[in-house]
Amino acid sequence: METIKDETIKELKIKANDIRKSIVEMLYLAGSGHTAGALGMADVFTYLYFNALRHKPENPYWLERDRLVLSNGHICPVLYATMAHAGYFKIEELKTLRKFGSHLQGHPHREFLPIVDTSSGPLGEGLSQAVGMAIASRMDNGVDKTIYCIVGDGELNEGQNWEAIMLGAKYKLDNLIVIVDRNFIQIDGTTEEVMPLSVLEDKWKSFNWDVQKINENDFREINHAIYHAKNTKWKPSVIIANTIPGKGVKEWENDYKWHGIAPNKDQYEMAIKELNMRGDKLK
Amino acid sequence: MLNQNLKLNTKIFNSDVEKKSTRAGFGEGLLLAAIDDEKVVGLCADLLESVKMNLFADKFPKRFIEVGIAEQNMASVASGMASMGKIPFIASYAIFNPGRNWEQIRTTICYNNQNVKIVGSHAGLSVGPDGGSHQMLEDIALTRVLPNMVVISPCDAIEAKKATEAIARTKNPSYLRVARNDTPIITTEETPFEIGKAQIVFGPENGLAEVGIIATGPVLYNALMAAKKLESEGIKIKVMNLSTIKPLDINAIISLAKETKRIVTIEDHQVVGGMGSACAECLSEFYPTRIEFVGVKDQFGQSGKPEELAKYYKIDTDSIIEAILKIKAG
Repeated sequence: METIKDETIKELKIKANDIRKSIVEMLYLAGSGHTAGALGMADVFTYLYFNALRHKPENPYWLERDRLVLSNGHICPVLYATMAHAGYFKIEELKTLRKFGSHLQGHPHREFLPIVDTSSGPLGEGLSQAVGMAIASRMDNGVDKTIYCIVGDGELNEGQNWEAIMLGAKYKLDNLIVIVDRNFIQIDGTTEEVMPLSVLEDKWKSFNWDVQKINENDFREINHAIYHAKNTKWKPSVIIANTIPGKGVKEWENDYKWHGIAPNKDQYEMAIKELNMRGDKLK
Repeated sequence: MLNQNLKLNTKIFNSDVEKKSTRAGFGEGLLLAAIDDEKVVGLCADLLESVKMNLFADKFPKRFIEVGIAEQNMASVASGMASMGKIPFIASYAIFNPGRNWEQIRTTICYNNQNVKIVGSHAGLSVGPDGGSHQMLEDIALTRVLPNMVVISPCDAIEAKKATEAIARTKNPSYLRVARNDTPIITTEETPFEIGKAQIVFGPENGLAEVGIIATGPVLYNALMAAKKLESEGIKIKVMNLSTIKPLDINAIISLAKETKRIVTIEDHQVVGGMGSACAECLSEFYPTRIEFVGVKDQFGQSGKPEELAKYYKIDTDSIIEAILKIKAG
């Protein structure tokens, strides 16, 4: 849909806030994990799982489903939480994150959670797999699936991405939509300090991709960008989403220290209080 | 004498024995596998004719993906295609595939347990003049260490063809090691091939063997030549073709060790981590046996004719004979 109803936006905002609460809780209980990126991408994941993907949570291996590749696997709490809220498994199970024997490994692993489209963790490898899925889908007659791929901005340091970006353009994969989590942070500091990526959109354009840039965590913008990407012909699409790391918990927002740590008890209680208040306001 | 049951090439010991490369065998096998199953697809990194994927690509252009000189991308793209139900074969020189792209193979193929077939061509010293940079001597070690992986190193073009068709029919990530040079045809179309089954290709006419040779890849020919020569001198030898290195045919190896008490392994690969090491891991656990390892001893190769290199790095027939006499002397 080109436009999105105010009512739908309200529902998505409430859902995203619930997903953020789940993320904060599961990370607190796990005692380790990546908080900032997971919170920053909650809106994009909520939009994808509740408004974009062709999928059937009750039939997760449905062959005609769209595929979603999470390349930056360390933000998996947002993937797990969104899948649970979408009905793939019980929300209660989120509490097992990173625990021995859990389906929810520290980074996604298909052996433990076969319903994810790929394992991930080591950076820079998801986009290639998404390109492979898009090529394979094109070889088949029948329903053309849309392949979504989430990549972090920091992982674009990895050269393999640019090999995949060239291949995607070569094969004119207009069934492929990449969303870059452009939050400007990576482990050792800001992306522009560690390895400057600017001007990122020009890089993708020069590789012959359709490029859109969207601001922050805005459902209207996400909706428009996905609509445009789905209707782009003869080129793969990239949406550079300027997200706010730690989004939803004011004290954590835009602080790169939250990239790779989990909240302690006090921080968890503070965050849940803030998210509860926002949830009440949304309703 | 040759094991009659295996219907091997009876002209193997003739000086005009037919020769063909194992990479050519792969090319023929891939075409057959693709005709047999439309899910078979091929990916190549700018070495189409070198790795003999051209037979397939000419026949099935829509199922062929040229990724450019980008082996890391090739491995992960293949993983994505496998997740959509394809059976991708990715081929390049072994030094790049599985050398350059090892971590992509580990994470996106083996850890993901995706049905991708990795073909490393131009493996071993037999690449010759290209020099040490292109002589892949570590690929067996790199691949057999990976969980979920099957590792096959065929002895000749015919076995390479059969192995290619066989791995296309399984669901495992698999590594097929092939070489550039034309090497003697040891088997025939009638010789049985089964993944994971070792074969005794040569043995004494009667009585027990005194030494067991375990060979993998085209150097099986050197082992046969050594066994034949020593047979005429009254030394009884059994020669095993261990084309599947993983999963290892443990029972066959133990049985050979029990009979001979002495094992010589031979491979065109580093001794460290290679096929001989796999045999040593097996025997030291189940039936401790004295082993002589014929292979490259912690060195890189260099330019030269394949036969010059085989002699210098001691993987030729004379070096195998030397190892057999040494182990026999105790």
